[in-house]
Amino acid sequence: MTTAALSSVPLSKAALFEAQAVKTSARRNRLLSLPALLIIGIFGVLPLIIICVYSFLVAAPYGGVQWQFSTDAYLNFLFQRDIFDDTLQFTPDFLIIYLRSFLFAVVTTVICLLLGFPTAYFMATRPPAQRNWWVLLITIPFWSNLLVRTLAIMFIIRDEGLINNALIGLGVIDKPITMLYTNFAIQLGLLYAFLPFMVLPLYSSLEKLDFRLVEAAYDLYATRRQVLWRVIIPLSKPGIIAGCLLVFIPALGAYVTPLILGGGVHLMIGDLIAQQFGSGRNWPLGCAQALILMAAVLVALFFYVRNTSGKVQHG
Amino acid sequence: MAEPRVMDIKDQPGFRTIAVICLLVLYVPVLILMIFSLNSGSLVTHWEGVTLGWYGSAFLNEEFHAAARNTLIISVTATIVSTICATLAAIGMTRVKPWRGLAAAFMVINLPLMVPEIITAVATLSFFALIAGTLGLNFGIGNLILAHTVFCIPFAYMPIRARLEDMDLTLEYAAADLYATPWNAFRRITLPLLVPGIMSGAALAFIVSFDDFTITQLVAGPGQTTLPLYIWNQIRRPMTPEINAISTILLMVSILFVSVSFLIARRRAK
Repeated sequence: MTTAALSSVPLSKAALFEAQAVKTSARRNRLLSLPALLIIGIFGVLPLIIICVYSFLVAAPYGGVQWQFSTDAYLNFLFQRDIFDDTLQFTPDFLIIYLRSFLFAVVTTVICLLLGFPTAYFMATRPPAQRNWWVLLITIPFWSNLLVRTLAIMFIIRDEGLINNALIGLGVIDKPITMLYTNFAIQLGLLYAFLPFMVLPLYSSLEKLDFRLVEAAYDLYATRRQVLWRVIIPLSKPGIIAGCLLVFIPALGAYVTPLILGGGVHLMIGDLIAQQFGSGRNWPLGCAQALILMAAVLVALFFYVRNTSGKVQHG
Repeated sequence: MAEPRVMDIKDQPGFRTIAVICLLVLYVPVLILMIFSLNSGSLVTHWEGVTLGWYGSAFLNEEFHAAARNTLIISVTATIVSTICATLAAIGMTRVKPWRGLAAAFMVINLPLMVPEIITAVATLSFFALIAGTLGLNFGIGNLILAHTVFCIPFAYMPIRARLEDMDLTLEYAAADLYATPWNAFRRITLPLLVPGIMSGAALAFIVSFDDFTITQLVAGPGQTTLPLYIWNQIRRPMTPEINAISTILLMVSILFVSVSFLIARRRAK
């Protein structure tokens, strides 16, 4: 209360001068960011630089690296050296896994958007009290343990899981349908994992929607469909872009979902990278694969920055 | 309500149905997982009756104890360190004249959010392998605490910064007007107003550390099993509903902390 009352008093010139003084005396405050910057710099940024270096080294036989320059890691990404005549042969195995992951991530993003947009819109048009409950209900899975949530999907789609048991019990089928360890399982798991990541940014964008514009559109004889496609959706573009990015990036680098639901048979980029640090014992290759994934993420972020900075100028 | 024929301009046909379906899809699998933790049979898929026995056997399980202990040591330490760092950084980046490099500093703080987890995981693994190999340094469980602190900082930072930006600067100026030293103004005015933001940030930092699987799995050394790693080890064996019981406990911890963080944020909004 007192805060609101104070802020409504216009600042006098003297007070503004005072404010300036406070800000200036607080210049040394910038030093306060040092601990956080140092920790992230040493244990977050430096490791990224190290994998850049590692990707140009030679793999040691039992994991780790040998300090010897080589571009083999990047060559191995697309080619395999023939054991007999030492020629390079095009092997698209890794490329296929990257394309598969890209496809999984795109399908996940699109379906999450198709389901998430109506959900977020419905939430944003509820009365405030109801709205809070909806937000809490979507926020809980957003922060819940991904491993456990993936496990929950696994229990449902196993051969002796709930879906198969129910279908057999009803006499629809007599042998269980294999769903676990298939592409379908991974796709389902990704959708389940990332749906809240789409809904929340969409909601925060739709919540601010100015419904006078919707009213104006109806006054001008727009149909519901036209209002949706030509007013509501264009106005919520920043939320749509943010939501798509928040789903696409983690889906592209997904590790837990394909690990549990793909059963090591159907790989995605995440598992491929981890494999080089485990049974593959080829750290430089793993580093190169990680950096290629990072490049893809940077491209996605670049589009995001370009799109949103354009938006600011319009708005 | 009074005039049912009046059109609500906010309505879009079918959206309610989709919203309800989304909610069901998000909750039904997890609820089934939780219900089966009460199954008296020893199969995770065939229902036989109600028992709390699996919780009992989980609580008596030595491996579970060790995993829970490791998880708490790591996530509590990472939460404290990251919340302190995030609070300092949030002040150092809002209560200052814009300084050169501020944008870059902001990017560094948020970096762990932009890099896919698997990349952070292998990079951290390479880093610790390198300092162990060249400098002979191994912090034991400290490796995991440091790795967790890095990705906890941006999660703790967000609500604290939001709170600092929403805060009414007039109060701080008034304190300065009344000859409060900068430290006193901070301790008596800024800090008390900042507490909800700090609590909310700490709750988020705790959840992300408590739940982390990917980075922990790659960085953890022998004997550093955390609860998510323990669950992963159990998945690869024949499963009993004990795994459901442990999963339920993990979910309950997440739900508790999310709700706390959420309620604090709501109170702020009012």
